[in-house]
Amino acid sequence: MTTGGQQVAGPVRAARRRLMPAAAALVALMLLAAALSVTLGARDVAPADILAALSGPPQNIAQAAVAVRLPRTVLAALAGAALALAGAAMQGLTRNPLADPGILGTNAGAALAVVIALAWFGLESANAFLWVAILGSGVAAAGVYAIASLGAGGPTPVKLALAGAALSAAMASFTTAVILPRGDIGGLVQSWMIGGVGGASFDRIGPMLPFLAVATLAALASARKLNLLALGEDVARGLGENVALARILAAGAAITLSGVTTALCGPIGFVGLVVPHACRLVFGVDYRLILPFSAIGGAALLLLADVAGRLVARPAEVDAGIVTALIGAPVFIWIVRRGKAVAL
Amino acid sequence: MTGDTVGSGVLATVAHLRRARTFRRARVLAALGAALTFGLAVTLMVGQSLYSPTTVLRVLTGADVHGASFTLLDLRLPRAILAILAGAAFGLGGSAFQTLLRNPLASPDIIGISAGASAAAVFCIVVLEVTGPAVSVHAVLAGLGVALLIYLLSWRGGVSGARLILVGIGLSAMLQSLTAYTLSRAPSWSLQEAMRWLSGSVNGAQIDQAAPLVLALVVCGTLLWLRSGDLEAMRMGDEAAAGLGARLALTRVGTILAGVGLVAVATASAGPVAFVAFLSGPIAARITGRDGPILLPAAGVGALLVLVCDFAGQFLLPARYPVGVVTGILGAPYLVYLIVRDNRTGGGR
Repeated sequence: MTTGGQQVAGPVRAARRRLMPAAAALVALMLLAAALSVTLGARDVAPADILAALSGPPQNIAQAAVAVRLPRTVLAALAGAALALAGAAMQGLTRNPLADPGILGTNAGAALAVVIALAWFGLESANAFLWVAILGSGVAAAGVYAIASLGAGGPTPVKLALAGAALSAAMASFTTAVILPRGDIGGLVQSWMIGGVGGASFDRIGPMLPFLAVATLAALASARKLNLLALGEDVARGLGENVALARILAAGAAITLSGVTTALCGPIGFVGLVVPHACRLVFGVDYRLILPFSAIGGAALLLLADVAGRLVARPAEVDAGIVTALIGAPVFIWIVRRGKAVAL
Repeated sequence: MTGDTVGSGVLATVAHLRRARTFRRARVLAALGAALTFGLAVTLMVGQSLYSPTTVLRVLTGADVHGASFTLLDLRLPRAILAILAGAAFGLGGSAFQTLLRNPLASPDIIGISAGASAAAVFCIVVLEVTGPAVSVHAVLAGLGVALLIYLLSWRGGVSGARLILVGIGLSAMLQSLTAYTLSRAPSWSLQEAMRWLSGSVNGAQIDQAAPLVLALVVCGTLLWLRSGDLEAMRMGDEAAAGLGARLALTRVGTILAGVGLVAVATASAGPVAFVAFLSGPIAARITGRDGPILLPAAGVGALLVLVCDFAGQFLLPARYPVGVVTGILGAPYLVYLIVRDNRTGGGR
C-alpha cells in the first residue's frame, strides 16, 4: 500500500514542484502580452503616456491611442481565454485531440445565427446578439456531434473533424447567401469572414461579461468530471459519476464561451486547439490544471497574435483570426502526425 | 466435357455482364450528354428575356438578331460554356483523385488543393495585378506545391487516408485565411465582389476565359485517358495492380499532375466552386453502377452540376446567388451522408 502510494506520490510531487514556476511564467507572459498590446501598434507609445491615459482623459495622440487600445486589449484577453477554455472543455468532453470551436463548427454556427438575426429579424440589441450566437453555436455543436456519432464506432476524431468541416462549409455558404442580397449589411461581411478584436469598446464588452463569468465557472466546475470521463465513459459511470450531468455542464460552458466570443469577434480558430495542448505538455493531463491555465494561456496567445498582426503590416493590420490560423494550422498538423488517435 | 460446359457457361455469364455494363455505361453517357444539351438550351433561352428555340438557333448559326445576338453571344453563351468547362474540369480532376486514393473524401476541395490554387489566384489578381493565363499557371503551380506538401506532411512510413485528409483540412484552413487576408487588403475589390469570387462564380464570363480550360481539359484529359487502364487496376489495391502489370509510380504521378492541373485551372477561372470536385465522382459512380471507370461520367456530372446550379442560383431562388453558394449548400448534406454511411459500414479505411 505505502510503497504504491509513494510510487504515485513521487511523480505527483515532482509535477507540483514544476507547477509553480510554470504557472508564474504563464501569468507573466500574459501580463507582458497585455502590456505589449497597449504599447505597440501603428504608433508606439511611451510608458508615461500609458499611465496618463489610465488616470484621466487623453491629452495627446499617444494617450488617445492608449484609450483605443485598452478595450481592445481587454477583449483580446477575454476572447482568448474563453476560446481556449472552450477548446479544452471540448477536448475533454469528446476525448478528441482535434476539438476546437473553429474545427467543430461552433464558430460558423454562431456567425450564421447572428447574420440571420441581423438580416431577417433586424435584431440590434447587444444582449439579443449574444443569446442568438449561443443558440447558433449550440445547434452547430449538437449537429456536428450527432452526425459524427451516428452508427457504430462513435465519434472518432476524423469523423468529428470531417463533420465539422462539412457543416462549416455549408454554414459559410448559407452565411454568404444571407448577406449577398443585402447591400445594407454588406459592410459587416468581413467581420463574419475573418475574426479579429479591432474596433472593440467597453460598451460592447460589458454585456458579454455575465455570460463569460457563468460559463467559466461551469467549465472549471466540470474539471473533476472531465478527469473521470478521460478514463472512459464506463469507468466514470462505475466510479459513481453522473456522466450526463458532466456532459451538459462542460458542453454548455464550451458552447456559451465560443458563441459569445464569436458574437463579438467573429470566427477565430485554433486558439482552442493550440493552447490546451501546450498546457497538457507542461501541466500534465489533470483538467483541474489544464482548464484554468488554458484560460490564461489563451489570453496570452490571442493578445500576442493581435500584437503580431498589428506589427507585421504596419501601419495596416492583420486580423488576429488570420494570425491564429497561421500559427494554429501547423500545430493541428503536428497533432495529426503525432496522434495515434487518428487511426480510424 | 462437363468442365468445358461449365467453363463456357462462366465465360458466357462474364461476357453477358460485361456487355450489360458497357451498355449501361453508354446509356449513362448518352443520358448525360442529352441532359447537358437540354440544360444548355434552357440556359440560352431563359433569362431576363425569353427567346424561342428558333431565335437561339438563328443567332448561333450566325444571323444577326437585334438584341438577342448580344444577350446570347456575349452574355449567356460564354457563361454557359465556362460553367460546363469548369464543371467538367472539377469533376474529372476530383474523381481522378478519389480513384487514385480510393477514398471519396480525398477530393481536392476537401484536402486543400483548391484552397492552394485559389490563394495563388487571388494573390496574382490582387497583389501582382496580372490576369489571364498567368493566373492559371500560378494556380497550377500552387496546387502542385500544396499537393506535394500534403503528401510529405502525411508521410509517416506510408500515407494513411485519414491522416492525409486531416493534414489537408489543416492546410486548407491556413490557405483560406491567407486568401481572406489578401482579399481584405484589396482596395479595388468591393467586398461583395470578393465574396462572389471566394464562393465560386461564373458571373461576367468572357469567352476567352475558356481557352485555358479547354487546354487543361485536352492535355490533362489525354494524360488521364492514357493512364486510365492502370488507374482502374489500382482500384483493386496496389499489389493486385502491380501483379496485373500496371505501372504504379507513373500512373500515380500522372494522375496527380492531371488532377491538380484540372482543378487549379478551373479554380483560377471560376473560383473555388464548392464541392463540385467532391460530388461528381460519387454521383457518377452511383448512376453508372459501382464498378467501372467513372472519369468520363464524372466530368459530365460536374459540368451538369455547375450548369444547373448556376441557373438555379440566377433564376430559381429569391435572390441571385453565385453558383458556389448553391453547390455548397447542396454538397454539405451529401458529405454528411457519406460520413454517416461510412460509420454504418464500420468506417474502414
